[in-house]
Amino acid sequence: MIFQDFVFYSLASVVIISALGVITLRNPVYSVLLLVLAFVTSSGLWLLLEAEFLAIALVVVYVGAVMVLFLFVVMMLDINLDQMREGFWKWFPFGAILAFIMTVEMSMVLMSKQFSSEIIQTPEYKSVDYSNTKELGRLIYTEYVYVFELAAVILLVAMVAAIAITLRHRTDKKSSNASRQIAVSRNERLKVISMPAEKKE
Amino acid sequence: MDFLLPDFTPAYPEIFLLFMICVVMLADLFAGEKNRLLSFYLSLLTLAGCAFITYGIYSTEVRYTFSGMFVGDAMSDTLKLMIYLTVAAVLIYSRAYISLRGLLKGEFFSLTLFATLGMMVMVSASHLITLYLGIELLSLSLYAMVALQRESAVATEAAIKFFVLGALASGFLLYGMSMLYGATGTLHISELTKSIQQGTADHDIFVVGLVFVVAGISFKLSAVPFHMWAPDVYEGAPTAITLFIGSAPKLAAFGFVMRLLVEGLGELATDWQGMLVLLSVASMAVGNFVAIAQLNIKRMLAYSTISHVGFVLLGFIAIGENGYSSAMFYVIAYVLMTLGAFGIIMLLSREGFEADKISDFKGLNQRSPWLAFMMLLIMFSMAGVPPMIGFYAKLAVFQAVLEAGYVWLVVVAVVLALIGAFYYLRIIKFMYFDAPEDTRPILFKPDVRILISTNGLAIVLLGIFPQALMGLSLSAIQHSM
Repeated sequence: MIFQDFVFYSLASVVIISALGVITLRNPVYSVLLLVLAFVTSSGLWLLLEAEFLAIALVVVYVGAVMVLFLFVVMMLDINLDQMREGFWKWFPFGAILAFIMTVEMSMVLMSKQFSSEIIQTPEYKSVDYSNTKELGRLIYTEYVYVFELAAVILLVAMVAAIAITLRHRTDKKSSNASRQIAVSRNERLKVISMPAEKKE
Repeated sequence: MDFLLPDFTPAYPEIFLLFMICVVMLADLFAGEKNRLLSFYLSLLTLAGCAFITYGIYSTEVRYTFSGMFVGDAMSDTLKLMIYLTVAAVLIYSRAYISLRGLLKGEFFSLTLFATLGMMVMVSASHLITLYLGIELLSLSLYAMVALQRESAVATEAAIKFFVLGALASGFLLYGMSMLYGATGTLHISELTKSIQQGTADHDIFVVGLVFVVAGISFKLSAVPFHMWAPDVYEGAPTAITLFIGSAPKLAAFGFVMRLLVEGLGELATDWQGMLVLLSVASMAVGNFVAIAQLNIKRMLAYSTISHVGFVLLGFIAIGENGYSSAMFYVIAYVLMTLGAFGIIMLLSREGFEADKISDFKGLNQRSPWLAFMMLLIMFSMAGVPPMIGFYAKLAVFQAVLEAGYVWLVVVAVVLALIGAFYYLRIIKFMYFDAPEDTRPILFKPDVRILISTNGLAIVLLGIFPQALMGLSLSAIQHSM
């Protein structure tokens, strides 16, 4: 137990420190890298909760794909920090008051008896041959098949929408059309002209 | 590990629609640029097919399927039929408009149908995840449709505003739902009610969850103070898309509120009643006052929508069958009026001219008396002048609220409705008493003429004989509670 506690607290402190870094550091590239760190350590926390599949999915999907894309975008963009910081102190009091009220409300709710360890029992530790992935797969394809299909439809909408908004057929560029090149026949390229043979004089 | 194959019968319309969306997308791909109208006719055919299937499986009993994630009942079937009708009308109204503006693309039709699917999922959801996915499917399609006119800077700005605020609202909604899940340990709407009844969980947690859920819903309904996106989106989007956003999704939003607040959190009615009173009064006040100052008719109608949302919420405040069915009647009446109003704006527009200023309606009576008369009916109905449908809708909602004992609320609502009558009557004044600035003839196809006439006629006839529609709403609500 002690070892698990140690792992939990060290991972949790890394998550909190890196999350703070994400919103306080001046350089956006560092922020993104720290966000990656926060994701990796959170996936460690999920491993502690025996949610192996989700932990791996977080690393593969978020760190491997989403954050790398994000990093590229941030590196490519020319962000003017001074412009973004304008008006920060002017609006700071409002933001701080709102954030304070929200924090108090949320802590009142989350500290309430409902979420204490007396009512919510510690889940049992599963045996070694228990497969998290298999259980998730079973649920997704049986009980949750309807919402699984809906999620698939939403991805299809995202594809259609992205293509509809960004695809443009440019007419001013001079690229070659491979399919037309292959489909070309001899008659289109070669023109045989019959002309009288020239006589030598 | 036993798993029984779910009963697909209640979900036949959704399955058919999804299949047909794929057909429309592929058909459009192969039909190419010249046969774009193929998608138009296929979409109408799809909606007709869905209506046929829904009518075929209609029954008054409540049918759960997909492990209790999907529910088919009288309310969902009635709302679905209304949605098909509305979407079909939207397509017919917008045909000329979109073909003139380069929007006649396959994506317009596939996204419209995707949004329709999202609305159907919303009205027959009995699980919080299904509700959420339905609303996302609808919203994502709408965001893309607003941005479809890529060259227009206003449309792009509207789409970005819509997207950012919509994402924020979804966040609110999800946060509220996670609170409810944390307190009850279930995402099924029926079990949620049971769990609240038993009172095992702390009441405060429900209230905090409820606040977030209500905030999320108000964003989607565009109720004040979460209404800021509506005027910009209505104004910025191409009118055909504005017509779509303003009409059918309101029916789905009604179903959404019924499922989540009434069926799921009905036990907390005393808590959400107070919240809705605030939202409703603020919506009616802001909507009606700010609409007076608008010179753009699309923007004016956006504020008018906000005020109508306030009246719809009155029906929910009344709690009980009469209140909910009057809210349903109001939503249907509102959709009828919106269809007509935006339909006429599109008819007046032509290539390079949007007809979205109030002054564009000057002297319409001299240019096209019939169209002016239809607009007169719609404006009278929106203002709540008898015998139009809008009058009866307001009357029914007021009656329900009076029965619930909120006399002051009715007084406030009546006063605000009177103030609102000003800007509707101003359009009528422009149409009949001012000289036209533009004397070019208004051209439209016979199918649109039939549609607009039917629309105007429905507004009058359903206002004089509201019993049929009212009975339909009441039986839909009664059989699903």
